[in-house]
Amino acid sequence: MATRAKKSPARSAQTSAVKAPKPIEFTKEQELEAYRQMLLIRRFEEKAGQLYGMGFIGGFCHLYIGQEAVVTGMQMSLKEGDQNITGYRDHGHMLACGMSPRGVMAELTGRRGGLSKGKGGSMHMFSKEKHFYGGHGIVGAQVSLGTGLAFANRYRDNGNVSLAYFGDGAANQGQVYESFNMASLWKLPVIYIIENNRYAMGTSVSRASAETDFSKRGLSFNIPGIQVDGMDVRAVHAAAEEATAWARTGKGPMILEMQTYRYRGHSMSDPAKYRSKDEVQKMRSDHDPIEQVKNRLIEKGWSTEDDLKKIDKDVRDIVADAADFAQSDPEPDASELYTDILL
Amino acid sequence: MPRKTMIESIRDAMDTMMERDENVVVFGEDVGFFGGVFRCTQGLQAKYGKTRCFDAPINEAGIVGAAIGMASYGLKPCVEIQFADYVYPAYDQIVSEAARLRYRSNGDFTCPMVVRMPVGGGIFGGQTHSQSPEALFTHVSGLKVVVPSNPYDAKGLLISAIEDPDPVIFLEPKRIYNGPFDGHHDRPVTPWSKHDLGEVPDGHYTVPLGKAIKRREGSQLTILTYGTMVYVAEAAAAEHNIDAEIIDLRTLLPLDLETIIESVSKTGRCIVVHEATLTSGFGAELAALVQEHCFYKLEAPVARVAGWDTPYPHAQEWDYFPGPSRVGRALVETLEGL
Repeated sequence: MATRAKKSPARSAQTSAVKAPKPIEFTKEQELEAYRQMLLIRRFEEKAGQLYGMGFIGGFCHLYIGQEAVVTGMQMSLKEGDQNITGYRDHGHMLACGMSPRGVMAELTGRRGGLSKGKGGSMHMFSKEKHFYGGHGIVGAQVSLGTGLAFANRYRDNGNVSLAYFGDGAANQGQVYESFNMASLWKLPVIYIIENNRYAMGTSVSRASAETDFSKRGLSFNIPGIQVDGMDVRAVHAAAEEATAWARTGKGPMILEMQTYRYRGHSMSDPAKYRSKDEVQKMRSDHDPIEQVKNRLIEKGWSTEDDLKKIDKDVRDIVADAADFAQSDPEPDASELYTDILL
Repeated sequence: MPRKTMIESIRDAMDTMMERDENVVVFGEDVGFFGGVFRCTQGLQAKYGKTRCFDAPINEAGIVGAAIGMASYGLKPCVEIQFADYVYPAYDQIVSEAARLRYRSNGDFTCPMVVRMPVGGGIFGGQTHSQSPEALFTHVSGLKVVVPSNPYDAKGLLISAIEDPDPVIFLEPKRIYNGPFDGHHDRPVTPWSKHDLGEVPDGHYTVPLGKAIKRREGSQLTILTYGTMVYVAEAAAAEHNIDAEIIDLRTLLPLDLETIIESVSKTGRCIVVHEATLTSGFGAELAALVQEHCFYKLEAPVARVAGWDTPYPHAQEWDYFPGPSRVGRALVETLEGL
């Protein structure tokens, strides 16, 4: 008589679809920090959209507007040396990592002062100093790389975690699951952040995914997952605290599904006919991550409208400076074509 | 005769074949509801339903793997990889499964699958949306590799590809989807509606695989090229007042060697032009074949004009792209001899 395999105690443990932690109540300083950071990303992206329309940016440009709370809340839980890696919608991540708005904008316009000297463009930028491991134009490819970064952390025993960001579309790539398996097998300190903005370009989640609860995607690999309100920076931060604590203490990877929304099209050439204007408007009016913080700051009497306008002006000045630089900086010299390539 | 863009003619080919043969199915990322990122499949889902034209998740290996399974059971999948730059996850499936199925099953199974993908630069796509990976496929026995250069050929070749019993890699130069771009990026491009090769007959017709075509008869030298570079070569020859014979290869594998030998034997000089990087590019194969078959007729070394051996740079798109001035210089040098 065939014996049934014994149920391993490890497997019966609560290993997936962990309940989301309650949003952390922010201090005044945290609210202001989050407000400023998210506003910087939004104003930067609005300006990038304008420069694109004016012809200063060519090719591809994927804006992060609407998703600002995700990187902002995650970043608030990081410590020096923690790595970030993401896909092609990367401007917000770079700003959150502290990379220079001038450098990012000048890369978008393909100038010498761009972070990749103009040779990378919107999707392909890096900063060793800020522990940002790219901007990757190939959907899902960064997930395996983020797993490798986590392996290096474990190998060096440096206490760092790596954050591998990807979208709901990339979540269907095969190598994501190869990565999940290795990360769980080797207990790697990696946090897989699935930014579920509901649309993989023009394909809605339900039209591309058999399981639309992405926090469950690690089930077969014993990777716990949390579904997070990615429009509420406090909820993101609470999840980030839990995930970083988990990963830093040798328990292995965790999946955070960030339920978020992009207000703009997939890229600049996307007419976004796959969703209604009402749907977008409803998200903007009811769930905007920046408005949420703003309302709390005012309700609690921590800031006046004027205080917040002052922050907005500071942010606009930074973005205007970046935009001026990105338009006036010279284009790369022809000799740049053959630098940084093995021949 | 109706004039169409290359996008419309490619769509027309799939439409024609879906109507004629219910085994033809079309799928890929954003292909169904959205109609494809370049709109090549627009309207096909509405016309043929979701079982014949549909969206796939973002998983290229899975898309091609599933298509091979379908094809080995007699369906004729015509799948789209959104950009050729995304095909690498599927490369194993294409090389190890699709290309080998006929050989290792002793001819029992074939793989009537078409994998369509936009190739080439010119749209500021940077290094992950601009590549020309044709040589990665011409290096694989068991595949056919097609690169159309105009709407008429695109439709006729795609129909041939769909009807072919073996796997066909169908590379669509995206810079000429809407008009014959000649490399002068600072000038407007003539739309296909004003070009003779934009004339696309309705209904079924084929352009045979493995057959090149002379785009221009000439006596001074032969230019072997394909895709976008056909128009760059035409512009370069015209600007330097050179009587070049321009051969549009159309199919790289199987290659129309006969037409090449005939032409180079006549002109005695040969230049190969492609957008892909130079080293181990398809131009190397062409140069080797020309010297093997036309050695005693050659009056100058076979020249190659290609993309530089670098990733496709974002800002320096037009430094990378082998435009008319680079091609023109090579034409002059080859005529002068060494």
